[in-house]
Amino acid sequence: MEKREYQKIVDRHKPTEPRLKNAFIAFVIGGMIGVLGQLLIEFYTYIFDISTKDATVFMSVTLIFVSCLFTALGFFDKWVSFGKCGFIIPITGFAHSMMSSGMEYRKEGPIYGIGSNIFKLAGSVILYGVVSAWFFGMIRYLLLGGV
Amino acid sequence: MIYLYSFLFSGALCLLGQIILDNTKLTPGHITSMFVVLGAFLDCFSWYDTIIAYVGGGALVPITSFGHSLIHGALAKANEFGFIGLMMGMFDLTASGITAAILFTFIFTLIFRPKN
Repeated sequence: MEKREYQKIVDRHKPTEPRLKNAFIAFVIGGMIGVLGQLLIEFYTYIFDISTKDATVFMSVTLIFVSCLFTALGFFDKWVSFGKCGFIIPITGFAHSMMSSGMEYRKEGPIYGIGSNIFKLAGSVILYGVVSAWFFGMIRYLLLGGV
Repeated sequence: MIYLYSFLFSGALCLLGQIILDNTKLTPGHITSMFVVLGAFLDCFSWYDTIIAYVGGGALVPITSFGHSLIHGALAKANEFGFIGLMMGMFDLTASGITAAILFTFIFTLIFRPKN
């Protein structure tokens, strides 16, 4: 049998991922987290009588706390494998990646386990965030002269 | 109304991420890095600020707002100190999030045991 024909047969029998369903779930869950963020911002502005900007900080800390706690308790992994990008794209995914790599390497000790592996996935976000922010910030500073 | 916009914007970003994840060989790590760069890029000409004004929390929850906060802190310090300020203010606004994530992760890793 030719290789190309073989590949065709393999493709036909490969389990197809339900892409449409995945996309829909990601949309709904991501949207709900966005609404939750807005709700939390308004809640904190109302309760503590602070500006929206300060409430934003409270909101992201709350979401990080919740996703760290849920990951530590063990059921957030299942949620992430169900909701996929719905949980990965929001700030919950950042906290989840740190927490799950911390849990995974916990037994290798506090220095070479937790300390050096905690930023395994989140490190790339910080690296590319800083590099791109510096680059684009420089462009804006040169073109528009700062803010 | 702002809730509907929040839902649509945040959902649309996640949908975009999911479509990229399903149809290419990129991993979630690639996608989150791409979205951070996208957030920093959109803030290059203050477009992301306009989005936040309309969408509110829906634009502040996705990881794109991380890039947005990085560039904002950098530019605020750059206004004051010039070129070197870009480095001084980089983490000003995201410090709370990163510190919170590190602290909670450390505490919870010490307290809880992995399930499997």
